[in-house]
Parts: sequence; C-alpha cells; structure tokens
Amino acid sequence: MFLSDMQIGDKGIIKKLNVNGNIKRRLQDLGLIEGTYIECILKSPFSDPSAYLIRGALIAIRKEDGKNIEVELICE
Amino acid sequence: MRIIALAGNPNVGKSTVFNALTGLHQHTGNWSGKTVSNANGTFNYNKTNYEIYDLPGTYSLIPHSKEEEIARDFLCFDKYDLVIVVCDAVCLERNLNLVLQTLEITKNVIVCVNLLDEAEKKKIKINLSRLSQILGVPVVGTSARNKKGLDNLLKNLEAKNFNPYQVKYSEKIEEAINELICLIKDKVKNLNSRWVALNLINYDECLYQKITDYLNFDLLKEKEIKEKLLSIKKELNLNIKDEITDTIIKKAEEISKEVITFESKDYNLKNQKIDRIITSKLFGIPIMLGMLFIILWLTIKGANYPSNLLFNIFNNVGKNLLDFLNFLNAPSWLSGILISGIYRVLTWVIAVMLPPMAIFFPLFTLLEDLGFLPRIAFNLDCAFKKCCACGKQALTMCMGFGCNAVGVSGARIIDSPRERLIAILTNVFVPCNGRFPTMITIITIFFVGINSNNTFLSVFILTLVILLGFLLTFLVSFFLSKTLLKGLPSSFTLELPPYRRPQVGKVIIRSIFDRTIFVLGRAVMIAIPAGALIWILGNIQINNMSLLNYIANFLNPFAQTIGLDGVILISFILGFPANEIVIPIMLMIYLSTGQIIEFESLESLRKILIENGWTIKTAICMLIFSLCHFPCSTTCLTIKKETGSFKWMILAIFLPTIIGIALCFLVNQIFNFL
Repeated sequence: MFLSDMQIGDKGIIKKLNVNGNIKRRLQDLGLIEGTYIECILKSPFSDPSAYLIRGALIAIRKEDGKNIEVELICE
Repeated sequence: MRIIALAGNPNVGKSTVFNALTGLHQHTGNWSGKTVSNANGTFNYNKTNYEIYDLPGTYSLIPHSKEEEIARDFLCFDKYDLVIVVCDAVCLERNLNLVLQTLEITKNVIVCVNLLDEAEKKKIKINLSRLSQILGVPVVGTSARNKKGLDNLLKNLEAKNFNPYQVKYSEKIEEAINELICLIKDKVKNLNSRWVALNLINYDECLYQKITDYLNFDLLKEKEIKEKLLSIKKELNLNIKDEITDTIIKKAEEISKEVITFESKDYNLKNQKIDRIITSKLFGIPIMLGMLFIILWLTIKGANYPSNLLFNIFNNVGKNLLDFLNFLNAPSWLSGILISGIYRVLTWVIAVMLPPMAIFFPLFTLLEDLGFLPRIAFNLDCAFKKCCACGKQALTMCMGFGCNAVGVSGARIIDSPRERLIAILTNVFVPCNGRFPTMITIITIFFVGINSNNTFLSVFILTLVILLGFLLTFLVSFFLSKTLLKGLPSSFTLELPPYRRPQVGKVIIRSIFDRTIFVLGRAVMIAIPAGALIWILGNIQINNMSLLNYIANFLNPFAQTIGLDGVILISFILGFPANEIVIPIMLMIYLSTGQIIEFESLESLRKILIENGWTIKTAICMLIFSLCHFPCSTTCLTIKKETGSFKWMILAIFLPTIIGIALCFLVNQIFNFL
C-alpha cells in the first residue's frame, strides 16, 4: 500500500521511501523516515493533496510524492 | 554587545519571542514562512547590550528554499555569541531535529520550548529539566504570546560553559569523522571541525562551496584530505546521507519519548473536525469564496460612511485654508499648488484609502493569525499543480492583497526557483490595497449608484473582478510553464498549523499602526510631490493648452481603442510610484480642464467623469486596466531584487500590461459591435 492510497482515518507505518533528491530531504526534515507512524487526516476538495499527521504536525503531501512512499496499514 | 540568533522551525513563534524581547513589532502570523529575511533588534538586560537576529524558519540546516538558506548561512558562518533555538512544544519531537543539528555547529545554544500554553491545552507534558540534562544546554519553557517564561529566558542569556550533547553516529562514521578531524582541524578557522568533517562525508555541493568561500581555501584540493575522503567513501555504504539523517531523527524520537507525556490521545480532534469541513469537497471552495465575499462586504460597507465624513471634513478645511491663504494675499499660483494641487490629492488619498485599509488589514490579519491561509493553499494546490505551479503560490497571492511587493518577496517560501518565478510574475494580478479603493469607487459610481445602498451588488462585482484576477493568474502560470518557464510541478510539502485563537485587540492595533499607517504613509509621501507636479503640468499653458492636455491628447487615440481616454492612461503612468493616486491625478486633470471646479463627494466625482465622456464601457475598461497593468515602482524594484535580474522585471511589467490592453481592446470591440 502507498501513502497516496490511504483514506481519511487510516493509520500506518512508513515501510520504504522510494523518493529521491529534494523531496526526500524535505520529508526527512519533517521526521518522515522508515518506521515513522503516520495517520491520514485530510483530503483537499480535489482529493489531492492529502494531509497527514507526522510526529505531531499536520503535513500536506501531493499524490505524486505519496505514491512513491510505501506504507503498512495498522488495523485496530 | 552580545549577538544572539533566534532559530527554529517555521511557525514556532520566533518572531513573537523576538518582539517580546526587543519590544519591536515584527509582523507575526500563523503560517510557515512568515519571516523571509533576517530582522534584527537590540535590547538591554542586566547592563549588557544584546543584538538579536530573527532568522527565517528552517526545518534543518541543509536548506531547500531560499529563506532557509539565509538561516543556515547565518548559523554556520556568521559571528554570534549565542543561538536560541525556539521549539514548538506541541510537536517538540520534530523540532529536536534542528536542535541536535545546531548543537553540532556551536556549543552556545539555549533551547526555548515555546507555545507551552498550547501544549498544556492539548494535555502534552514536557519534562524541561530532563531535556536540559540530556541536551547539556539550558532549556527554558515559554509562552511568548502571553509573555510567560521570558524572565527565565533572559536570565539564561548569561549562562556559560555548556556541555552540549553530540549525536553519535555508527562506529564506522565516527571513526571516519575522527580521522578527518585530525587532517582538517588546523585549516578550518572558527568553524567546528567535527561539523566540517561530518559535512565532508555528508557532501552537499552548495554547502561545500560556502565552506570553501568562508575559509578562502578548498579543502578537497589538499591531496591528503581528498584521498582520505575517497577511502572513507569506499568503506562506508552508499546510503551514508540517509544514515546520518536517520540517526538524528531517531535520536530526537528517543529523547522525546523520554521527556514528553501525552495525557490525552485525541488532543487534535477539534482542529480536525473544523479542518474536515473547511477542506471538504462540498464546502471547501464555497467557504473560501464566502470568506472573500464577507471580508470585501465588511470593507466596502464599513468604509462608506467614514469615507464620506472625511471628504466633508477635508473639504471644509480646504476652503478655510484657501480663505486663509487669500487673507494672507498669497499669489494665486502658490495657493493653486498648495490647495488645488497638494492638498486635494493628499486628502483624496487619505479619505479614499484610510477607511477600507483600516478595515481590510485587521480582518485579513485575523485570518492570518487564526491559521486559515495555509488551508487556502491546501485546497487550491490541485489547481496550481495543473498549471505546473506550487500551492504555496496561494499564500503569496493572499499577501498580494495587502501589497504586491510583500507578495513578491513572500514567494521565497516556494522551493523550486521556476515555480517561485511564476508566483512573482503573476502576483500583480491580485489587486493590492492601493488598487482596491480605486475599484470600489468606480464600482460604486457606475454600477451600483451612489445613493442606493446596494452594498451586496458592489461586493459581488468586486468579487468578480478579483476572480478574473485569479483566473488570469492560473492562465498566465500555465502559459509560463509551457513556454518561458518550462517544467513539471515539483514536489512540495505544506504544514497546516493548528488553529490559534487570534489576539483580537493586538491584531487590530498592530495591523492599523504597522500596516495601514505604513502603506498610507508611503502613498502620502508620493501624493505630495505628485499633486504639485500635476498642478504645474496642468497650469503651464502653451498656446492656451496645458502641458497635461498635450500629453493626454497625444495618448488619446491609442487610449480610445482600448476603451479608455488619454487622461486615464496618463494617470496610470503618473501613478507608477503608487497606484493609490491614479484617481486623484485623473480628477485633477479633468478639473483643470472641465467646468466643475469644486469637488465635494462621490456625486460630484460622478458628474465630472460623465462630463468627460465616461460610460459604462469606460468604467469596465478602467476596472480591467487597474487589475492588469504594470506593477507599482516599489513592486518592480522588489521583483528586480528577488529575481536578481532586470529581464524578469521587464517581463513583469509587460506581461500584465499587454494582457490588460488586450482585454480592454476586446471589451471596447464588443461594445462597439453592440
């Protein structure tokens, strides 16, 4: 499953970051690395971008980037 | 004099701490990237003078965008005695990332955990003394908005002999660092040799260049160092960069687990509920349009009465002044320049500008303080992406409503240089506060009627004009992305901060004093010489015709083809220093030639305009042309400064002007056809 497939309310753990360069650094700055807990909170009116709760902050990420980030869903 | 740098993630309240310490009024707002350049101020505490720099927010010291680079360069290469890293107590974990990176550069760090009040509301508890123990530097808790904890921060400014914690990397990396330190430690001057060694391993082209410039010495030209580095790189695996970052992030996670306790899991629920509505498919866009409409409605409705009142007062005072000058037997040219020239333009600018600004700015600042602006960017990002631009452009557009120059420099929050240029070049399509009053006046006179109280209609028309501006922004952004600034949309991340209750009283006072008076002051400074100049141009007669009329007549044929007249065009050109004075200039030219000499209210303005051949068509073209024409001189200079190129400034001038001319021409043709 990928970050961009997450629906509002889904929770998961980052498995793999298949992104490179700038966006990778940017995500790392925000604390998003392999093993990070993430929760999908919002989708914009046009369903892209989505906002995720990452280490206490709400961060919007575009679909293009999200589809390169592997996530493992946590079922409750 | 001790020099302090204030660093921290975006939107953690650095500027608020700065203001609280210095007593200055650096503008603050609830969104990432408010501060785009270093601000500095001074204060005195315990007989020591301090100079303090408010750096733009940065997530890490490897910068991505321009304003982050400013902060990084300051921390790495400038001289200072102390860094205060301001952290957000609500998401301390991520903030620790920057703290740990800063500790790698300098020993003298104080950590200021701000927004404690907000954390408390969300039931987040932070063990500050334990944090201080772990980090080896003073940790102070504050809530700067309420001026709490600042005494403690001040007391700690004198602290010395820190023993800062250093992140330990894997054994192999540590070994490599130590080997490199031996080789470079005599060559790095004031820089921290461990930090330089780490950055040689974690190589970044741009940062390396900066280090070389600073040292005036290329470390890699040294054979020994180069060979060592090559052998290190062979030894370590390829993902060394990731390993270094991951180590820091994991350390931050580890520390925060030790010092933070969440007493309630659902601390964000209320925020999220509001956000779900604001960003929903059904309400997202209508709510934003509604907000725009309400703000404009309040502005127009509220400005009407005080505007008229000011007109009356200024007119009476003007008459008395004229009487007084006549009583002194002042020559008619002098009273002409002073009263018909300077005084009239000046009072017009104040009467028309002051009331809408005094309403618009505080309302806008309230939204800004609340944290609404990033949601606009979030909702609109998809549309910007389709134009191959960045959603943060919406933020720069919001700033453009206040002043286009501010919007242009605010474009620094956009990482990609290409998308940043697009935002800069299109910012002028958002009508700034200098143009609002012009538009409102024209709309009131020609579309709504002065005496009818149909505010709703004027707001509706103004909203349409603004939406036209948005449409043009999108079209031009798209056009630029396909031609001059070819490229694909780059990736972006946008932080949506928690809503914060705006400090209403403070917002109103500050936005009136800092913004309104500032913008008005600028307009007044320009209105005074402009008023005099126009009076002179209008009263120097050659063959019974004033110089102004010659120029206006010269421009007239062209102006007529785009539905305007020579006088309007010349007013726009003379209004280049500040858009606020376009209507007063126009009025003066008409007055110097027409029958009506007294100008008392909007009603007489209407008579003047109609007497000079204005129709609905002229009004529409005037509205379009005030939306799309060359930016004012301040904005042009800012564009030049921000893009570093004369070429882009010229394009920024021609692009909207040509579009404006084309649109007006089209409207004119349609009317001629009808």
